Amino acid sequence: MDAVSSVSDYRKQEESVSLSPVEQPGTSQELLTLNMGPHHPATHGVLRLIVTLEGEIVRDCQPIIGYLHTGIEKTAEDKAYWKAITIVERMDYLAYYFNATAFCGAVEDLLGVEVPKRAQYLRVIHLELNRIMSHLVWLGTSALDLGAISMFWYCFRERETILDLFEMSSGQRMHTRYVQVGGVIEDIPVGFAEKVRDFCALMPARADQYTALLDRNEIVLRRLRDIAIVDEQTLLGLGVTGPLLRATGNPWDLRKADPYCSYGDFDFQIPVGTVGDNYDRFKVRLAEIYESVKIIEQALEGLPEGPFITEDRKIALPPRHELGTSMEALIHHFKLVTEGFRVPPGEVYHPIEGPRGELGCFVRADGSSKPARVHMRDPSFSNLQALPHMVKDTYIADMIASLAMLDPIIGGIDR
Amino acid sequence: MPDATGLELIAQELREAEADSVLDTLFFRDRATLIVNPPAAHATIERLKAKRYGFLASLHGVDYYPDEPRLGVIYELLDMSSVDRITVKVRVATDAPEVDSVVDLWPGAHNPEREVYDMFGVVFTGHPDLRRILMPEDYEGHPQRRDFPIGGEPVIFTYNENKVPGWTQ
Repeated sequence: MDAVSSVSDYRKQEESVSLSPVEQPGTSQELLTLNMGPHHPATHGVLRLIVTLEGEIVRDCQPIIGYLHTGIEKTAEDKAYWKAITIVERMDYLAYYFNATAFCGAVEDLLGVEVPKRAQYLRVIHLELNRIMSHLVWLGTSALDLGAISMFWYCFRERETILDLFEMSSGQRMHTRYVQVGGVIEDIPVGFAEKVRDFCALMPARADQYTALLDRNEIVLRRLRDIAIVDEQTLLGLGVTGPLLRATGNPWDLRKADPYCSYGDFDFQIPVGTVGDNYDRFKVRLAEIYESVKIIEQALEGLPEGPFITEDRKIALPPRHELGTSMEALIHHFKLVTEGFRVPPGEVYHPIEGPRGELGCFVRADGSSKPARVHMRDPSFSNLQALPHMVKDTYIADMIASLAMLDPIIGGIDR
Repeated sequence: MPDATGLELIAQELREAEADSVLDTLFFRDRATLIVNPPAAHATIERLKAKRYGFLASLHGVDYYPDEPRLGVIYELLDMSSVDRITVKVRVATDAPEVDSVVDLWPGAHNPEREVYDMFGVVFTGHPDLRRILMPEDYEGHPQRRDFPIGGEPVIFTYNENKVPGWTQ
């Protein structure tokens, strides 16, 4: 199989090809360049891969991105800060609470505003629900890529429960715009806590079922074990964070390392892998579902009383009932809705731990009510650079599994 | 984060290694920023990497229009062992927007540098494959610059489909 081992050899061979039908030695080992996507069900969105194959072995893989570029960062520069939340949420469409929290966190840092404790806990509850939701979509679609169709229905059943919870607290199933600068838009409604508790009681049992279905499955184990191993130092050099890095045994998680949003109050563990193969990536994410449930339970238990958004009327809208009686409240409301609040000039980078790794938001303010630059450091964008290292010298079928275990969200990559 | 004194010490150390490498320091909202002279940027970042900050968390471009020099490249460096972040900022003018690439230090800078080139037109010398990444290959201009208008592309509807030139070809 090592007749043609490098691309330069292939180029030489390609240039020497004559069109006359002559039997050439070694033609069966010729390299084949195959285009995959951008419209391909196994690429999890509009991702295009240019794959160089030798037989069934992947020798090189180049991801081509940009097919879902919507210019959200540019559009955000034309919106007031509170309006930009809406579009920033739509970048990574499975992590909308994370996008909004990263952006609002950056703006809060610029303003120097304190987020009330209750708002922080409410954010944590929703962030962790969102993390479970994102991992469920990942698990369902990844299992689908490996041929396990039923997993998709089971995962989407639980995801539906979470989306119903989102709808209950914010009125929207996706892109909820729940997180606001200075807190959250509304307190949780009556009965929400009980429903979340019911879900927390149910979810570990359901995750046990997924484990039982997949973790003892000979096909899944053979497809995942010892495939696509990338060592820790290579991943760090590539800027990879999140479950991919933790699968190699590095317990880097911003929730623990640099607690934001009251994460320091909760007792939870960081699941890590051992060798960094696809199986570890699978297990790390599955274990994170249990840890997220633990965090939600603790946050509900210790949910403090108090305001759900900052009392600073220059930033947060006044309560509805004040508008009928207070002239000042009406003026503040009018100013906030028409112009928005102004943010003092400066630049901050606010990183949080998203479902896929470090999700950082860079905001530059120029003193007006619109951001002068919004940049999202999306984890998928950096993580995708690990794909060529993961799939080199593996079978093309394993490339599909590796891509699924990488969990790229093209909306976040292209923004 | 290093505090304001720690930042000055780091800047002092970098200036001792190479005079005029650090132009200014900025301590804002508990975040430390070094403003670095563009020709010395690569060496300074390499020194910071060797010192402690071994992880490139993010790399992004900024347009400071109408201030000069207009374009900025910002490196968010991270020390994972002590959870310490430092920001390195390089400012270049639009007529000679050249910064040395850091792909040799972190292979992960490959795509972010391509994005900054695509969106702002900053040329990273030494980058192995500096092409557009998000915009189409034949696109003209750098859309994230502040003087690039929003809505510059005509949107084709039924009422203007005949007026937008070339859409049928």
